[in-house]
Amino acid sequence: MSQATLRIQKISGHAGSVPGEGMARDVEEKQVCKMVDTTTCIGCKACEIACQEWNDLPFASTIFDNTHQTMPNTDWNFWNLIRFTEHIHEDGTLMWLMRKDQCMHCAEPGCLEACPADGAIVQYSNGIVDFQSENCIGCGYCISGCPFNIPKFHPVTHKVHKCTLCSDRVTQNLEPACIKACPTGCLHFGTKDDMLFQANHRAKQLRDNYAESKGLYGFAKAGVYDPPGVGGTSVIYVLHDATNPGLYGLPKAPHIPWTVKLWKYPLKWIGNVAIVGGLVGVFVHYLRYGPKPEPKDEPKGGQ
Amino acid sequence: MAKEAIVRGDRVLRYNFSERVMHCFAAFSYIYCLLTGLAFWSPSLFWIAVLLGGGSTSRMWHPWVGLVYAASVLYMLCVWKKDMLITDLDRRWTKFIGAYVRNEEEQALPVHAVRSFQQFAPVDRFNLGQKYLFWLLFWGGVVLLLTGTVLWFSEYIPWSLRFLRLISVILHPIAFLFTLAGFIIHVYMGTAVERGSFNSVIHGYVSENWARHYHRLWLDRIIGNAAAKK
Repeated sequence: MSQATLRIQKISGHAGSVPGEGMARDVEEKQVCKMVDTTTCIGCKACEIACQEWNDLPFASTIFDNTHQTMPNTDWNFWNLIRFTEHIHEDGTLMWLMRKDQCMHCAEPGCLEACPADGAIVQYSNGIVDFQSENCIGCGYCISGCPFNIPKFHPVTHKVHKCTLCSDRVTQNLEPACIKACPTGCLHFGTKDDMLFQANHRAKQLRDNYAESKGLYGFAKAGVYDPPGVGGTSVIYVLHDATNPGLYGLPKAPHIPWTVKLWKYPLKWIGNVAIVGGLVGVFVHYLRYGPKPEPKDEPKGGQ
Repeated sequence: MAKEAIVRGDRVLRYNFSERVMHCFAAFSYIYCLLTGLAFWSPSLFWIAVLLGGGSTSRMWHPWVGLVYAASVLYMLCVWKKDMLITDLDRRWTKFIGAYVRNEEEQALPVHAVRSFQQFAPVDRFNLGQKYLFWLLFWGGVVLLLTGTVLWFSEYIPWSLRFLRLISVILHPIAFLFTLAGFIIHVYMGTAVERGSFNSVIHGYVSENWARHYHRLWLDRIIGNAAAKK
């Protein structure tokens, strides 16, 4: 959607360099970032509705599973989901954890890495990873490449969809729709540097509160989730307990699956060499040994 | 339809009509999957998918045509299983694989052996190389079918079973590379090295000389059977 107004730095399934790469001088595009402070999320789900409305997504039916959650997972027409976990501490006290789940916009996107279709997934120079549906062939490899279970398949059009980080709004210097809808200030949007600064500041505040109140309030293990395994993400979280992201349904150390990497790099080159080697091999064999001689006439009936 | 004669003049029937049809199904479906698969294999070859109707079209047909391939290989297994089992007789032939590759099997015979390679190391319907090729394509096909099914419906694989997808992503191309190695050798041997083979899989018949030279036991068997029926 925004290819015309955003520079592209990575293209899926693309032979050769990225067009325009290295041509723009003195234009430094900053990586944008959403910051989600799970400690101030009240689970109102205004972001879910804002996402549906801005992206003009058709109605997605909710699935009630006896929790506060709208449905079990994000879907092709539901890109922004508040995940709900009821966590019971060792002392028996309860905690309700809400996490806004959406595409993480990894700096090293597994979906883009796995995608074989030229230009179906791009990463803009501001860090947004965007699906280009007109180039999507519906193979579903992005589903396998993603460590966060985000890309979702449209059963009728056979295209895959996910959060665009409102790339169409961001080009116009607007914040993503979910950010705009948040009533508690739990969601923030800005440059990655600024958001990291804010997130770390907030996490430190939570830890300091814990220390100063001698454990009465605050959170001793509060921290920032910006997983280095995927090169960092353009969505970062402040978590009450950063040592256990699994509580929030987040992978502890996400990375591009090693089978995808093995396929895309070593195997591809071993395979290319083997295929060309095989073709050259039979050709050289023909030149050296040629066809087998015509069977010579033998008396009928053997011996 | 009249049944094809086992012996027609100095020519004998090597592949009957249904075997030839099945071979064509296998060949064309394999080539289609090969071409579209190569397009998904490397960005430098994605143009093949464009030539064949576009990426989405190639993606849509690739698994269906793969099923055609799987079905034809399954049929081959039913029809040829007995002929493809590796037997004690193949051991003798094994020692000559190097010479066979260099087209020197006749010269490589031990001194005491009589006259021809086929007398020393007789071959039934298929030689060991053909048997290996068949089992390579069969087991390669099994892996391609299983992993391909997972990749076909990857959106239905639950998150907790995602290892299935991740294994398939790597096993599918590995199995493809093995079958491609067999395919290249098979096509080369059948068209360029053993004159008469390609004709036999299209028209069905080979000369008696050809059969005696490459598959003596098989020739004796079918000639004997044909004579016994008379």
